[in-house]
Amino acid sequence: MSAHAETMHHGPAKGFSRWILTTNHKDIGTLYLVFSLIMLFIGGTMAFVIRAELFQPGLQLVMPEFFNQMTTMHGLIMIFGAVMPAFVGLANWQVPLMIGAPDMALPRLNNFSFWILPFAFAMLLSTLFMPGGAPDFGWTFYAPLSTTYAPPSVTFFVFAVHMMGISSILGAINVIVTIFNMRAPGMKMMDLPLFVWSWLITAFLLIAVMPVLAAVVTMVLMDVHFGTSFFSAAGGGDPVLFQHVFWFFAHPEVYIMVLPAFGVISEIIPTFARKPLFGYRAMVLATVAIAFLSFIVWAHHMFTVGMPLAGELFFMYTTMLIAVPTGVKVFNWISTMFKGSMTFETPMLFAIAFIVLFTIGGLSGLMLAIAPADFQYHDTYFVVAHFHYVLVPGSVFGIIAAVYYWLPKWSGKMYDEKLGQWHFWLSFIGVNLTFFPMHFVGLAGMPRRIPDYALQFADFNMLTSLGAFLFGTTQLLFVYILIKTVRSGKKAEQLPWEGARGLEWSVPTPAPYHTFTTPPDLERK
Amino acid sequence: MKHWLKPSSPSGLILIVVLMFGFGFALVPLYDVFCEVTGLNGKTKGAYQGDINALAANSDRTITVQFVANRNDNLPWGFYPEQEEIKLTVGERKQIHFSVNNSYNRAVVAQAIPSVSPPQAADYLNKIECFCFQRQPLAAGEAKQFPLVFFVDPALPEEISKLTLSYTLFDISERDASGVD
Repeated sequence: MSAHAETMHHGPAKGFSRWILTTNHKDIGTLYLVFSLIMLFIGGTMAFVIRAELFQPGLQLVMPEFFNQMTTMHGLIMIFGAVMPAFVGLANWQVPLMIGAPDMALPRLNNFSFWILPFAFAMLLSTLFMPGGAPDFGWTFYAPLSTTYAPPSVTFFVFAVHMMGISSILGAINVIVTIFNMRAPGMKMMDLPLFVWSWLITAFLLIAVMPVLAAVVTMVLMDVHFGTSFFSAAGGGDPVLFQHVFWFFAHPEVYIMVLPAFGVISEIIPTFARKPLFGYRAMVLATVAIAFLSFIVWAHHMFTVGMPLAGELFFMYTTMLIAVPTGVKVFNWISTMFKGSMTFETPMLFAIAFIVLFTIGGLSGLMLAIAPADFQYHDTYFVVAHFHYVLVPGSVFGIIAAVYYWLPKWSGKMYDEKLGQWHFWLSFIGVNLTFFPMHFVGLAGMPRRIPDYALQFADFNMLTSLGAFLFGTTQLLFVYILIKTVRSGKKAEQLPWEGARGLEWSVPTPAPYHTFTTPPDLERK
Repeated sequence: MKHWLKPSSPSGLILIVVLMFGFGFALVPLYDVFCEVTGLNGKTKGAYQGDINALAANSDRTITVQFVANRNDNLPWGFYPEQEEIKLTVGERKQIHFSVNNSYNRAVVAQAIPSVSPPQAADYLNKIECFCFQRQPLAAGEAKQFPLVFFVDPALPEEISKLTLSYTLFDISERDASGVD
């Protein structure tokens, strides 16, 4: 019996091939998370170049052409390289553990969808060394910047996006199939933890819009190389069409980048408030409503293209409607904390900062949704402030909170709470110092994506740059904390957080290589 | 539903992916149809197909039509209308010319793309003859008069008293060399 058990419950393979050949959801989750951390620093270095150039007015460090390459690559790498893979990594680790499944439903596909990514990004980054430079048309690659005026490296950009898209689609298919088919017996859909629910909805968004991204980059490729005129007025096409197709993808994409963070926050807040989540059913419905609305608001990104009044009004009202389900979520998080026995460990700090700062980003989003006002804000730093507030203290804080929250279960070690608090407060100050002044310079009319600016913006830009340097270097502390935890952290307890509920905490600490090889008995819990 | 079509199976999900990829391309004709149905975008139609003689210019409602000539990419070509603005009664046939001269010392092919503002007037501006219907080959240094014959449909909504017809001239020599001899 024991010999049999040993062969059945083998550990990970030895050596480096473990990571290349693995089909284990925990290994693949770790790969995704490490990859995304590396990408965070590559994209962060580019942000560093941008902020160093903008530290003072005038052109000091880089040429405008290179500055444009930096803004483009920073956006692409942070979105497709850092945020999205980090969430897929969290899904890989947590979805099977939270639904009591032994692994993801399609483990080999899982391995494939991760290993596409290093190649996609190696190709994208290699464009920096090509004649003509890297893509310089902004991450939104509007035609004709990405067609008529594109550098030759646009072809590599297109194929890199194709590969990232395939990776995301396969990852999403895996998540959906796992959640629908591998839940522990007796676990109904409305028993799913909110992190799992948000990922399920995110995965459907990915399935629906990543193919549209693939279509639009394919059209760009054809316009560049095969003489088609999808986006060229000279040949009967229309550059505005590009914006419609692109934002049909890219608006749901912004929810893809934030819904899993909503799920993380919905797990962390109840744990540290020691109360069950307020309004579970409303949270699920709000997430579904946000996902649905995300498909019918895309043109609010293009209020200034010359849309008819009816269009402006439609997209303005539907956009504002999104504030309702989002407000429900914020209300429910706050209600969960209300009269709770709260403690403020690092994950909780990041979660609370998420709620406060994401709401600021949401409010500036509402300002941008007002079509007549948007004509003033369009393409200014106000937009930059808005989307960084929802993405950095939104998505990125959500990911960091998740890592602190689940790291004890993953590694079996406890992180250094004191360093964690330092990491939080430095990040919190850094993020606000970086992005809050952007609101002011934006409202005053400073355009985005320009390497130089008028003198009156100098003070706020210097503050922004100092904040960015602080925020960036603080993330080195995060890496130090992670390494220190894994190498020499205190042993974590079976249940590291007093108020934590859920199946993932029922497995031993650290989580063994194989968990739930027999499904958990939900009745006994 | 057949089990392999369910959105909880890999094959069902891949089907969604394929359909959405197709939908991305389907947005191209859908966009044109949408613009045509709603009259957005200020695109004019092709040559007028109705009976021109049946149109009686018996209305005394006058409207102003402005002409704008743009050159894409700041082409160094000359391109301008012979008049910037004319007044005409609705239903009245009018001919005007646009002058163009190719300042390159090589043959080129030009294509003009029209746009009408306000866009809801686009349906009422009917062209009987327009240089924008064909691509226009120009020899090196050649100067030419482009004709335009049009009338404004009397059904033009009352609130519109002025409309602008603009042309943007594109150099499509690289795209379409067949017109160059």
